[in-house]
Amino acid sequence: MASAIASTIPSRPARAASPRATREPAWARWLLTAVALAFLAFFLVLPLAVVFAEAAAKGAGHFLASIAEPNALASIRLTLLTVAIVVPANVAFGVAAAWAIAKFRFPGKSVLTTLIDLPFAVSPVIAGLIYVLVFGAQGWFGPWLIAHNLRVIFAVPGIVLATAFVTCPFVARELIPLMQAQGTDEECSAVTLGASGWQTFWRVTLPNIKWGLFYGVILCNARAMGEFGAVSVVSGHIRGETNTMPLHVEILYNEYNIAGAFAVASLLALLALATLVLKSVVEWRQARSS
Amino acid sequence: MSIDAHGIRKKFGAFTALDGVDLHVPQGKLVAVLGPSGSGKTTLLRIVAGLEFPDPGSGRILFHGDDVTDIPAGRRRVGFVFQHYALFRHMSVIENVAFGLRVRRRRERPSPATILERAHRLLELVQLDGLAGRFPSQLSGGQRQRVALARALAVEPKVLLLDEPFGALDARVRKELRRWLRRFHDDIQLTTIFVTHDQEEALEIADEVVIMNQGRVEQVGTPQQVYDKPATPFVYQFLGNVNVLSAPALAGALRRDGHVVEDVPEGQIYVRPHDIELSPHDAGGSGLSAIVRHLHAAGPHARLLLEQVQTREQVEVEISRAELSDLNLRVNDLVRMRLRQAHSFDEDYAI
Repeated sequence: MASAIASTIPSRPARAASPRATREPAWARWLLTAVALAFLAFFLVLPLAVVFAEAAAKGAGHFLASIAEPNALASIRLTLLTVAIVVPANVAFGVAAAWAIAKFRFPGKSVLTTLIDLPFAVSPVIAGLIYVLVFGAQGWFGPWLIAHNLRVIFAVPGIVLATAFVTCPFVARELIPLMQAQGTDEECSAVTLGASGWQTFWRVTLPNIKWGLFYGVILCNARAMGEFGAVSVVSGHIRGETNTMPLHVEILYNEYNIAGAFAVASLLALLALATLVLKSVVEWRQARSS
Repeated sequence: MSIDAHGIRKKFGAFTALDGVDLHVPQGKLVAVLGPSGSGKTTLLRIVAGLEFPDPGSGRILFHGDDVTDIPAGRRRVGFVFQHYALFRHMSVIENVAFGLRVRRRRERPSPATILERAHRLLELVQLDGLAGRFPSQLSGGQRQRVALARALAVEPKVLLLDEPFGALDARVRKELRRWLRRFHDDIQLTTIFVTHDQEEALEIADEVVIMNQGRVEQVGTPQQVYDKPATPFVYQFLGNVNVLSAPALAGALRRDGHVVEDVPEGQIYVRPHDIELSPHDAGGSGLSAIVRHLHAAGPHARLLLEQVQTREQVEVEISRAELSDLNLRVNDLVRMRLRQAHSFDEDYAI
């Protein structure tokens, strides 16, 4: 087969005589590639390497001690709890919103599509402030919440709300173009063949979007664990109670516990790497299944 | 089972897709709904299937005389085949065909073995049993459409609805498949509605043709009836080529029952290109003078573009290549033309 292909390619001089419009000289290609790689190395690879190097600087004993410390464990627990609530809620919202936008005609559809992107456009700090203004002691519902002895701001519910707000576009954004491209023909077929709404969803729609959905979940998960700005505003930084992992890293760093800060940070960095690997696997599966 | 639709109306926002449509499909017949895109034919089919609903209070859908207007698609027992196949892409061919049986309620569901056996029998029926384990993406367009048909038949539908089933296929496969569909229909005798914008397809395989335009039915009849006796100017132009000539210019040339028509009607006369006869100009006799402007002799027939001397109207003519070589015509030659058959929507003429 290789020889068959080779025989169809014109000889070198003939090719050189008619350069393609998109072909750049060799030095330009090398320069562009080198600039891109240098940029990546300096801004992405180097910091990542520093995180792991600093984390390991004082030895494995110190690393483990930093992570096993009660406040660090509490921050890991809180982060996992937040993710456990936010990601499933996001999946439910994302699938419902994408389904509605991609498969139905209704008034206000373009408004909904735009609103889903709002958290991308708003600074996370503003997102946090919104919740403080709504649920804080001086906020709209503040007095009512205090009267009923409920805490939202400076407590876990606030952290969950702020994280949910910031991550809410991820699943929906991933699914909307996919579902729009797939159209409604398969669902219509299932319906004419006698399938109920649930059967259509579980047997036809979900299998068609599963890789896109998984991809959205991975991104949503990564962002939910790493969110700093919005959570920082609503958390109150109570050690062992309302500190998530990114907030804990900041506190350790401000206390000049550099190795401790980097030890916890390295966990987040590991998560980021794992996310990238998973993302590549999912993209590969997605490309193969379509 | 016969299908009836009475006074169906459907609006999408400001656009009227169906404007009071009636349809009757007799038991066991193959009826083609023919029309240009946007004529409402697919909407009508989807309303018959229960995938869309007519505007409230506008009309009824009857299957075998029973009102099914408010019955959801899943319980109407219709087999629906989509233009783009709509096969379940993540399921193998056999699972696609088995789907309709697998989603039945437990009490009505056959055993897994029976389901597979029936799916295999249906694949044999559409001559695809060897491909049971393949996925839709591994099949050709024609094979996919036959899988879609087998899948639709698995639920033992009372009627079969085909939405431009061959629209996405190339010309040769289309021709093969439509003949196959006609034979298939003769074997299984299932009441079938077939939507298409291809007049050749509709005229070739349908028992009866319903021609739609702008949300209304223009004409209903057998293929021969609608072709030979178009009820409206739209049908005349939609079914095959036609010359539209201004009637007054044909004064003295129009005849009825062998006599020249004195009171030439206002308006327009419709003539098909193959209903025009050409003779040499110097031979004299009746007919209209025209100049040959263009000659196209590739293919089974010769096509000529003439310009009528008096009015400068362009006329398309189709004659056999033998006739063309007898006439020995060249571009810019004068020629005499006679209308074998012409039609105005007031009266019929022959010249």
